[in-house]
Amino acid sequence: MKSLKAQNHPLSNTQYELQLLESQKTGISFSEKLAECGLYPLLPTQIEILQINLGKMCNQVCKHCHVDAGPDRKEIMAFETMQECLEVIKKHDVGTVDLTGGAPEMNPHFKWFVEKIRQLKPKATIIVRCNLTIILANPKFKDLPEFFRQHQVEVVSSLPYFTAIKTDAQRGEGVFEKSIKALQMLNMVGYGQENSGLMLNLVYNPAGAFLPGSQEGLETEFKKRLKSQYGISFNSLYTITNLPISRFLEYLLRSGNYESYMEKLIEAYNPIAASNVMCRNTISVGWDGYLYDCDFNQMLELKVSCQNSQHIKDWNLEILNNREIVINQHCFGCTAGAGSSCGGATA
Amino acid sequence: MKTYYDPEDLKKFGKIGEFQKSMADKFFAYYGEVFQEGALTAREKSLIALAVAHAIQCPYCIDAYTVDGMEKGCDEEQMMEAVHVAAAIRAGASLVHSTQMMNKVKEISM
Ligand code: SF4
Ligand code: SF4
Repeated sequence: MKSLKAQNHPLSNTQYELQLLESQKTGISFSEKLAECGLYPLLPTQIEILQINLGKMCNQVCKHCHVDAGPDRKEIMAFETMQECLEVIKKHDVGTVDLTGGAPEMNPHFKWFVEKIRQLKPKATIIVRCNLTIILANPKFKDLPEFFRQHQVEVVSSLPYFTAIKTDAQRGEGVFEKSIKALQMLNMVGYGQENSGLMLNLVYNPAGAFLPGSQEGLETEFKKRLKSQYGISFNSLYTITNLPISRFLEYLLRSGNYESYMEKLIEAYNPIAASNVMCRNTISVGWDGYLYDCDFNQMLELKVSCQNSQHIKDWNLEILNNREIVINQHCFGCTAGAGSSCGGATA
Repeated sequence: MKTYYDPEDLKKFGKIGEFQKSMADKFFAYYGEVFQEGALTAREKSLIALAVAHAIQCPYCIDAYTVDGMEKGCDEEQMMEAVHVAAAIRAGASLVHSTQMMNKVKEISM
């Protein structure tokens, strides 16, 4: 399977994607919905998390990927941009640095970057969004669990289900088996084990056009099944709603589920989730150094609204803290039901 | 084409209070409480609901509890087994009555 970009698919054009989200508007707009509960314009609370996208390159081509990542994507963060990120991390009180991709580990400077962040901020939470299969993709990645342990990295990994059929249907043939092996390797060095302090959190995305159920209920089920069948332990399960963009949007349109999915998101709008959306305390840095309100806006090429601080090299905390967050219809994905963020449910 | 069952009608379920509010309110409050986590998990209750939906053959409930089951992390095999439970009970309920037939046969036979 190729990325939408490599296929030259119309949905790889973000202008087209935005037009589509706008034109096929079902019912109310996101801004109207926010206004109903006094949240419009949407403003940041305080920037606590710096999420850095190290590139769109990935060893997988998952069907729902909002990044449209894959082996054919060559956009990765340059060394100089990473240095600019480090400058910001050094200067500011960033509590959490969240590294994502693609597969962030495929960036040739990944390890150096993690080491530098840890040196600069011994107490900060460093998250790596590891797709698990990367650990087994090449002998050079086999030591990742040990590397993560040494640098006290929190590992967050996707596993849409505890069986192969559903996992492979979303993430590709053979992904489940490799993910299980990788999780066992992480467990071996102490990840997800009681009192080890090494956090291993899993991400659940529905494998289809439906919303995630209760995070607590799914976590209990995942823990039971993964432990009894594969001896795997982990800390928390984050339920994440698929946002109607990129490859998931392509799936929704192709399967005829787009309208009913949007209706479902709008119907399930939850004001509490709206007040806790992650863009209020996060800044997302793109592979080219541009700044966004979140990783989804990044993929839609919707840069932060403040003209004077749109790139990591021009970082101005005050301006960013006072910006207006850019929103559109895809945002309904963050506010449905119990809400959704990179850290799971929000309400 | 007009049919007696229209999937769009399921969305109107919440509006049944339009004709009788207090009973509808009580019903929905009760319904909501029944499906909360309790001695049975919400997931187990969803599977029971799916089985019952098949037993009473309500297309609205089948749709609703298929989606609900998927959302709660049930897989196809579990959902199909739930339907088999409904089918087995229905079959069993017919077959157990055959004892009445057998009794009668024996009663009137030489
Ligand atoms: S969802 Fe993650 S692992 Fe899958 S293709 Fe996208 S970036 Fe890669
Ligand atoms: S999609 Fe991004 S901008 Fe929109 S609500 Fe979610 S986190 Fe905020």
